[in-house]
Order: sequence, then C-alpha cells, then structure tokens
Amino acid sequence: MSLLEIKNLHVEIESEGKKILNGLSLTIEKGQVAAIMGPNGSGKSTLAYVLAGKPGYEVTEGDVLLDGESVLDMGADERAAKGVFLAFQYPVEVPGVATMTFLRTALNAQRKLRGEGELSTPEFMKLVREQSAALGISQEHLRRAVNVGFSGGEKKRNEILQMAMLQPRLAVLDETDSGLDIDALKIVADGVNRLRSPERGMVVITHYQRLLNYIVPDVVHVMAKGRVVKSGGKELALELEAKGYAQYVEAA
Amino acid sequence: MAADVTPMKTSAEQALSAAYAAARKTLPGKGAIATLREQAFERFEARGLPHRRVEEWKYTDLRALMRDMAPLASAPDAAAKAKAKDAGKLIAGVETRRIVFVDGVFAPELSDLTPEPGLTIGSLAERLTKGNAPALGTAFATDDVAVALNTALMGDGAVIDVAAHARIKKPIHLVFAGSTPTSSFVRSLITIGEGAEVTLIEDHDSGEAQVNAALELIVGDHARVDYFKLTQAQGLHVASLLARIGADARFNTFAYTAGSPLVRNQSFIRFDGERTHGGIRGVNLLRGKDHVDTTLLIMHAKGHCESREQFKTVLDGESHGVFQGKIVVAQHAQKTDAKMMTRSLLLSEQAEADNKPELEIFADDVVCGHGATAGALDPGLKFYLMSRGISDAEAEALLIQAFIGETVEEIAHEGIREALMNAAIAWLRARAA
Repeated sequence: MSLLEIKNLHVEIESEGKKILNGLSLTIEKGQVAAIMGPNGSGKSTLAYVLAGKPGYEVTEGDVLLDGESVLDMGADERAAKGVFLAFQYPVEVPGVATMTFLRTALNAQRKLRGEGELSTPEFMKLVREQSAALGISQEHLRRAVNVGFSGGEKKRNEILQMAMLQPRLAVLDETDSGLDIDALKIVADGVNRLRSPERGMVVITHYQRLLNYIVPDVVHVMAKGRVVKSGGKELALELEAKGYAQYVEAA
Repeated sequence: MAADVTPMKTSAEQALSAAYAAARKTLPGKGAIATLREQAFERFEARGLPHRRVEEWKYTDLRALMRDMAPLASAPDAAAKAKAKDAGKLIAGVETRRIVFVDGVFAPELSDLTPEPGLTIGSLAERLTKGNAPALGTAFATDDVAVALNTALMGDGAVIDVAAHARIKKPIHLVFAGSTPTSSFVRSLITIGEGAEVTLIEDHDSGEAQVNAALELIVGDHARVDYFKLTQAQGLHVASLLARIGADARFNTFAYTAGSPLVRNQSFIRFDGERTHGGIRGVNLLRGKDHVDTTLLIMHAKGHCESREQFKTVLDGESHGVFQGKIVVAQHAQKTDAKMMTRSLLLSEQAEADNKPELEIFADDVVCGHGATAGALDPGLKFYLMSRGISDAEAEALLIQAFIGETVEEIAHEGIREALMNAAIAWLRARAA
C-alpha cells in the first residue's frame, strides 16, 4: 500500500469559492522523497495546507488517503497523530508559549491520541537535548516563546526540530528554503536528510532547484494550475532550472 | 424636553433608604462618624444609584442592574462560621495570615491573631464604637455614590496598622466569606508605615451575598506593598479601593475575578509622593452572562513616578467586560511615566468588551500612553498548534493561558502567582469541558 494517495483532488477556498486544485493526483511511497515544483499560484501551498487539515478549504471532489485511510474528515490534530507533519513556509509566532512547553504538549497530545503513555520528564529532556543540539538550537531558544523574536533561519530550524521530535510518517515541507542563506539551508537540509527512512515519506515543496542539491529527491512532480502536469526523476529539476516553467503552464 | 426631572426611585433605592433609616441608630459610631454617615447618605439620596448617564458608570448601569437590595446581614451563626472555614481557597496552597469576616462581620475565632511586632489588627466596628478611626475617609476623596453608600452603611471590616520599617512575614489574607443572600457593607482601613513591607490579599468568596466593599489604604514613603483583590461572588459585588501612596514606594495591585456574574471593581489611586513605582494589573475571566467592570482612576499628583496599568479579560458566552482607565497627571507632576494597556479576548460572537482608556495631562514633560485591543483568538495560531497534534480545546486553552500569563507573570510572590495561574487554568478546563 502506498503511504499517501491523492486521488483527483478538487479544492476551493471556502470564503471566495475560488478553485485552486483541479483534479490533482499524486502517490507517495514509503521511503520516498518527492519534490513538488511549480510556478507561483500553481497550488503548491494549498496542497500542503489541505494535507495538514487547515480550515477554510473545501474539498469538492476526490480523496486523500494515508495508509489507505481517508484523512479528509479528520481535524488537523488527528492527522498529526496519524503522522502528518507540515513544516510551514511562514512559521507563526506564539507569544507566551515557551518552545519547550509547546514541544512537550504536542508530543504528549499525539501520544495520547495514539493511545500511548506520556513521556517522562527525563525521557523528554534527553530527546529534546539531542535533537536541538543536532540542529544547533540553544537551550536558551527552547525557553523562549515559540518563534518570537527568532530570525527566519531560526524559525525554519525550529520547524525541523519539531519534525525530528514528532517523527512523522509523512512530512510536508512547504518552501523550507525560502528566506534561508546557504549556511542555514545546509543545516536545515542535513536535518531533513537525517530523517529520511524507509518508513517515512517526504514531500518537499520548492520553487527553486537549489534546495534539491541538498535534499536529493527520488522523484520530481511539476504542478501547474492545480494539478500535476509532469513527473520524472531528479534530472527533471535541473531541466526546469534551465528552461523554466513556461512550457508546462502553457500545456496545462 | 430639557427639564431636569427627578426620576422615580427604584425598589433597590427605596430599600437602601429604608435600610439606612432602620439601621442608623444601631450602626456603630456616634458623633463625627454618625455625621460622616449622614452626609454620605445625603449624597446617595440626592443622586440615587449610578446609571448609564453618569459617565463613570456608563457601561455598568447599577440602577438597572441592581433589581433589589437583599436585607442587611445579621450577626453570623455557628453554621455560617463553620462554612466560612472553607472560604478563600483560591490560594489555598499559600501560607497566609487569615483574617476572616463572615457576612461582613469580623470572626476573631476564625482569624490568625498571633501577635507579630509592628502589626496591629482590629475590627472596624469596634473602632467606630470607640470613636477611634481618625484616618477613616481620608485616603482618597471621591463623591462616588457606591463609596458613599459604603460610608453610610459600613458595618465592619479590618483595621490594620503596619508600623514603620516592619516587614510582615506572611501575606495578610482578608477573607470575606458570605453564607446567606444578605447585604453587607464592609469597610477596611489599612495604614502602612514608612519603609514597611507587606503583602495584602482582599479575598471575596462571598457566595450569594450582595457586597459593597471599600478598602482605604494609606502607604507611607519608601514602603513596599503588594495588594491582591480576589473575587468569586455569586451576588452583586461592588468594590472600591481608595489608596494614597507616598514617595519612593513600590506599590503593586493585582485583581483576579472569575466565576462572578456582576462585579464592579473600582480603584482610586493617588500617587502622592515622588519617585514611586506602581503596577496596577488584573485578569478577569468571564462566561455565561457575567458582567465585570474594572474602573481605574490613577492620579499622578507628584512628579517622577512611574505607573504601569495592564488588564486582560477573557470573555466567553454572552458576557460583558468593561474597562475604564483614566490617568490624570497633575500640573506639577513632571516626568511622570505612565503606560496603560487593556486587552480583551473574545471567545464568542455574543461576548462584548467595552474599553475606555483616558489620559488627562496637565503637565508638559511626561511620557504617557495607553492602548486597548479586543479580538478573537488568531485562527492561524490555533491551526499551527493543532497541526502539531494539539486538540482544538487544548490549543485554545494554551493560547488563552499565554494571553493572561503575560500579566500573571508580573506577580512577584511565587506562591500567589502559581495559585492564580492554576486557578485560571482550572477555569479554562471547566470552560472546555
């Protein structure tokens, strides 16, 4: 069974009735890293939000199956507990909630939804120390409110830390490279690569080929006008870099 | 149409007048005190209960809201006193010196009167009877009608003196317990000597009782005072803090109100000496049809003082929150630094928040500012938390906790800070359940 199966997905923005996804179909296998590329407005971020369960989008047709089970009626929290993780393009600041508290609350909430016991304080502390050290995140950062006063790079690293702590089955990275300088990009990419595993699938959404030099995908899908218009190997990304998206946008 | 008509008295106004007429001969205090009562009562008679056309009471129309007056409380019986032992448990984990009042009457047998150097504790009724309350009515001059009613009908309360340079060990915890649906008019008088340090807690756990409370607080130069006002009241609750603060003092107040349908907390604070730092803060948690009004009048009478006013209100259901904050800077109070902020978090479409911050500045070299916000929880924040597996209810609770936490964190006393945060969390859990 495929890890993720998106079948003929049609999605509108609820308040505007504006159609964003137009019959998108896509399959992600266990252990696969898939890149999704495409021009602005092709629906990449909408796809990420719909997978994570953000309110405000209406699925008018089609289905999304995780391990063969439809997730469309599940809330964002349930999907997270089933193993869906979205690394946000613009991680939000949560004033007043310490990063440490947030990580612990999230981890235990997921464990609870899965019927697992809470982690003990020493177990949790050990885990958070290991994972934050690997990403170069200081203990002082963990005491601060989530993302408040963090630089763009720190926010993205914080996303990867959350992913490493939560160990999702399906990680969706939405333009994780945006706003990063090359050093930050390497740290983030290393963090992602460490999480590659035969059981885990990843969807790497990006506008540029640059990120894919560091996170080498198994497969590349090109999106235009709300559907996948071309799929291929990693060399497809290089072709896009050289020739641009125009031919696909026109074809769509 | 502009004719000035005297409105008909409401039944509550008639009952208040009748209660005074019946009780005036037996209320404690003769001579000057009786005169003070008489003058205060005349103020009430002339103006009646405050209503929406009285600017300071615009959003809390007491004439309309106070349907009737409960009968004046009589001396509590043994059963009432037994019940009072459980009152004031909001900060149960904090070691305090409990001074207990039941239905507005001092209960020495329930109070911790262990002697401590520099600390004198007594009952107002006793002082009034002996004619020994010279500071009464001197903390802050106001013609507010709720204060006038308190003065006219005051029965008992705490009289506390902290001697100069005394450092009082445990927080003094005034517990006002209510056992019956009766009216009480409690008046407390607290004087803090120069350089003294004390934590005061005015804790109203008053059940169904109608309470009109006033607390006069006179703080000497160089003193450090932390004052808390905790309110859990099922009946109508109107409380006035009348405070005068000396020079070079540190004065912090914190009001916590939850689970109370109709509350007016008004603070009249006068910074009467230079270089004093004041922090006036509070958290209100409202649900159902709760109506909670926080009204401040902060007088910067002398220069070089700093004051910070910060209030947070969480509103659910059809509740109504009111914040009126007025900072007045006198002409010679140069270098005043005052900042006031009030924020309301609306959890329901039916909840209403009225915020009215005001500045009246007569000096020309000051830094003053105010801000007010009212809004719902940010759906983007909520989705972010939920996308990490945190449930809808837990995400909301965490965000609300963060919202009020910013203000609660300012409490210096660790035990009280934690107790109030836990109380707020319990309120949030009960809301989500």
